[in-house]
Amino acid sequence: MVEEVDHESVYDGLLGGDDSQWAFGTDFEDPLAGVDTTLPDGVEGRALALYCIMLADDALVMSQRLSEWCSNAPDLEEDIALANIALDLLGQSRLLLARAAAADPSLVPALPEGSPIPAEDALAYFRSDREFRNVRLVEGPNGDFGQTIARLLLFSTWRLALFEKLAASRDKVLSAVAVKGVKEMTYHRDYAGRWFLTLARGTDESRRRVVGGLTEIWPLRAELFATHEVESLVAESTVGVDPATVADEVDVLLEQVFSLSGVERPDVAPLAGVRGETGRDGLHTEAHSRLLAELQVVARAHPMGQW
Amino acid sequence: MGSPVSVLDRARGLAASVTDPEMPMLTLEDLGVLRDVEVDGARVVVTITPTYSGCPAMATMRDDLVHRLHDHGFDDVAVKVSLDPAWSSDWITERGRQALADHGLSAPGPAPSLEGPVALTLIPRRRSLACPRCGSSEVELTSEFGPTACKALYRCTSCLEPFEHVKEI
Ligand SMILES: [Zn+2]
Repeated sequence: MVEEVDHESVYDGLLGGDDSQWAFGTDFEDPLAGVDTTLPDGVEGRALALYCIMLADDALVMSQRLSEWCSNAPDLEEDIALANIALDLLGQSRLLLARAAAADPSLVPALPEGSPIPAEDALAYFRSDREFRNVRLVEGPNGDFGQTIARLLLFSTWRLALFEKLAASRDKVLSAVAVKGVKEMTYHRDYAGRWFLTLARGTDESRRRVVGGLTEIWPLRAELFATHEVESLVAESTVGVDPATVADEVDVLLEQVFSLSGVERPDVAPLAGVRGETGRDGLHTEAHSRLLAELQVVARAHPMGQW
Repeated sequence: MGSPVSVLDRARGLAASVTDPEMPMLTLEDLGVLRDVEVDGARVVVTITPTYSGCPAMATMRDDLVHRLHDHGFDDVAVKVSLDPAWSSDWITERGRQALADHGLSAPGPAPSLEGPVALTLIPRRRSLACPRCGSSEVELTSEFGPTACKALYRCTSCLEPFEHVKEI
């Protein structure tokens, strides 16, 4: 028997009337549906929310940069790999923004009455650059593939070290996101480390590019280990991690990669903040605004949008 | 709808029959994503655990669970997320592994231990795999990342066919 198909609709033609196996048209779903988001004892909702936003913004902005490689990487396998890494980070960001919204709803930007946009999307698409708390390492342009690998190596080594400690957080959501993230980022760090080694020990040109890329991003390294007031607060109440406590471990791991690659640790001065402010305070470079414009333009044009 | 036990069994059976949108040879039960099914009065509560943080199939899985239960008379269905413990490829059942192999996909080996610091491995881990088409163990890794978050890409150097391997995580 031939199934009746409405030939007026392209979609019906594709589906044969059964839309159950298709991913479009699914409504927004709360990524923390049924998860216990009660605040742990002795933790201020605002501090926890700001901390979640910091970790979420690192992942969101890095994810946006990595996804720019889609269809532009040296070959199809690297296209797929970088898109996969971007997707893992986007997923971490979504959970962390949802956790932030539950911890302090007053931080979620107000949208028109009746807007179906969920809190984590409101945070991603309707905050200004000054409200983003990501470290500046993740916001600059990708540069070439060598520079992208150098940045991914530093970023994933740092974030994996943070998340290994964050797994012990007294906040059940943060702890769960960290345990999951460790598993995912193990693949990210290995990917970046292997490419770093391959490029550094490849041709003169590949070595020149990866070493040049490392030198380019190195001034933003120090900021990764500077403790922000919010990070001190959450570390004291054992729901978060003081990034200064992972500096030695990250150095040892990077040294392993550098020595096998025959690369010296760059000797360049850290990029200063402005009046003592850096990424964690909402102080960003010009590239960040352009990145946000592209990330946010569609959502901002449709504040009542349903995707 | 009969005694409470049979209602629960029916709801469980229905939820367990829903398949993964990206690997339809696997049910959500065989993938290890379906964690619990409870019946509370007229309401069915299904608990699932995401495979990867950014898994885009989660929303579809929820919709499919709700639709399947609605279609069989359960009007009030809630789908909850459980993040702890995190999903592990070890949760894929034996039946699931067989279904993967039957469809030309290579099933994961044991997931890495979560004890102690995570080792940096600059030389790709060697998995002892067999080509799902010809059975040869002469295979090589093309990429640790594949068409979905959970798969790596391999190539068989005997029959020269590419295949996908579900990653250990
Ligand atoms: Zn073969």
